[in-house]
Amino acid sequence: MAEEAARRAVAELPLLRTAAGPRDRNGWAPRLKEEYRALIQYVENNKRADNDWFRLESNAEGTRWFGRCWYIHELLKYEFAIEFDIPVTYPNTAPEIAIPELDGKTAKMYRGGKICLSDHFKPLWARNVPKFGLAHLMALGHRGPPLAPPFLGLSQCFPL
Amino acid sequence: MAESGRLERLERRVRELEDELARERGGWPAPRARIDTMSPEVTDTNPYSRLMALKRMGIVKDYEKIRTFTVAVVGVGGVGSVTAEMLTRCGIGKLLLFDYDKVELANMNRLFFQPHQAGLSKVQAAEHTLRNINPDVQFEVHNYNITTLDNFEHFMDRISNGALEEGKPVDLVLSCVDNFEARMAINTACNELGQIWMESGVSENAVSGHIQLIIPGESACFACAPPLVVAANIDEKTLKREGVCAASLPTTMGVVAGILVQNVLKYLLNFGTVSYYLGYNAMQDFFPTMSMKPNPQCSDQNCRKQQENYKTKAAAQPKQEVIEQQEEIVHEDNDWGIELVSETSEDELKAASGPVPELPEGITVAYTIPNKEENLITEETVAESEESLEELMAKMRNM
Repeated sequence: MAEEAARRAVAELPLLRTAAGPRDRNGWAPRLKEEYRALIQYVENNKRADNDWFRLESNAEGTRWFGRCWYIHELLKYEFAIEFDIPVTYPNTAPEIAIPELDGKTAKMYRGGKICLSDHFKPLWARNVPKFGLAHLMALGHRGPPLAPPFLGLSQCFPL
Repeated sequence: MAESGRLERLERRVRELEDELARERGGWPAPRARIDTMSPEVTDTNPYSRLMALKRMGIVKDYEKIRTFTVAVVGVGGVGSVTAEMLTRCGIGKLLLFDYDKVELANMNRLFFQPHQAGLSKVQAAEHTLRNINPDVQFEVHNYNITTLDNFEHFMDRISNGALEEGKPVDLVLSCVDNFEARMAINTACNELGQIWMESGVSENAVSGHIQLIIPGESACFACAPPLVVAANIDEKTLKREGVCAASLPTTMGVVAGILVQNVLKYLLNFGTVSYYLGYNAMQDFFPTMSMKPNPQCSDQNCRKQQENYKTKAAAQPKQEVIEQQEEIVHEDNDWGIELVSETSEDELKAASGPVPELPEGITVAYTIPNKEENLITEETVAESEESLEELMAKMRNM
C-alpha cells in the first residue's frame, strides 16, 4: 500500500528527456534543468496534496545534493538531513540517498547511512532510464522504504 | 592561541604514549628482506619454492612472469581483501587497491581483517598486512569512492597509467565491489579505456556468487544485459528480508575470491582454460559456466565502439578466430542479443523477441527490461521553459 502510494505520486510527475550524466559536458546542463523542473513540480504537487515532506538543493554543478526530509508520525515531527552524490553512471544507475544521522542506527541501511531500497526499486529504475530523475527517486522512496522513519523502526528512538 | 599550544602538547603526548605502547608490545617484527629474483630452490626459507614448482610440474611455463604484472583490486571487502592476499602471496608485481570504507567489527565474519584494525581505512589496513606478508609486491592504495565525478577521473587515470612502469595501463582490473553503481562505474571506465577486467560478486543472501571475464568489445560487458545472477533455487516467498540488508559468509566469499584469483592466474600466466563466466550455487554445489557475446544494442556507447574495433581486428586476422570448440546453443528468442558462443547476425537478433534471455541452467537475470513501459507512468515529459538553471535553483530554494 505504501508502495502503491509512491507509484501514484510517480505517475503524476513529468518524465525527463535528456539521457546525460555529469560527465557529459553538453548533455548535463539541459538534464539538470529538467531535474529541477521535475523536482519543483513534485514539491508543488506535494504542497497541493498537503503532503510537503522534503527540500533538496545542489551545488552549482548539480553533482552533489543535500537537503532535508521530515515526517509527522503520531503528532511528532521527525526531521533528517539527506545527501547524495550523482554517480558518474547516472542516470543509468540511481544515486544512493544517505541519511548520515541514522548511520548504524538501523539494520535497513548500508554504511554511511545509505538507504537500502526495496527489491522492486532497481528493476523499476532500470526500466525507466533515462526518463526517471531525482524527483522520481524521491517519490519512490517516500512513505515506503526508505525514507519513512517508522518503517525504519525508529519511531520510539528519535522523537524530535 | 593558547588552545593551539595545548593541542600541540596533547598531540605530542599521544605520540609518546603510542611509541611507549609499541615498545611494550615488542613492536612489529621486521618484515623479511626483499628478494630480487624468484628462485626455484626448495628450501625452508624460499617463499616462492612451491610456486616455482608449478614450472617443474609443467603447469605454468614461466611463473616468474607474475612479477611483471599489475592488478587493480576495486573494493577491499570480503572478496577483495582475500583476492589481494592471494595475489600478494603469489608474488604479483604491483597491486592497486581502491576502497572508501573503514574496517568495522561487523566485518569480522569474513576473512583477512582483524579486530584491532577496526576504524582504519580498509586500503590502509590491507596495505600494512600485505606488505608484511610479501615485501616484494608494490602497493598503491586509494581511499575514495570511485563513483563520484572527481574520483572517477582519478580512477581512470590510475588504471591507464598505474602499472609497474608508470604511464602504462594495469594488466587487469578486478571488481570486488558490493553494489551495482560501482560495478557500472568500473564497466564505464573499462569500456572507455578498452581495459580487460573481471567482475565478481556474492549474492545478498550469501549462498551464491559468480566471476566474469570482460574483454571490451569481445565478451559481453556489464551493461549488455540486466545483471546475471546464479539461481539459488530458494523460494522467494520463504526468503525473509525484513530488517536486514545483506547476509555474508566467509565460506562463499572465500570460494568466490578463490575462483576469481584462479582465473586471474590462468589468464596472466597462460595455463588451463580461462572462464568467461563461472557461477557458484552453494545450496546445490553447482558451478554453471558460459560465455556471452556483447549486445550490439548495449546502452554504453563505448561498448558498441569496442565491438566495432573488435570486429575490424577480428576481420583482419580471420585465421586466429577458429580456436574455440564450444558447444553451440541456439535460441529461439533472444531479445538481448545474448549469445552462448554462437554467430548470429545482428538482423537475426533484432528479429528475435522475448523478455527473458535464454541462459544455461542455473544462471538467470536479476530482472528483465520489457519493451513496453510499465503502465504506471504517464508519457508527459518536463515542459520546456525559458528559465535558466540559476533561476530554477533559486525557485527550488525558495519553495
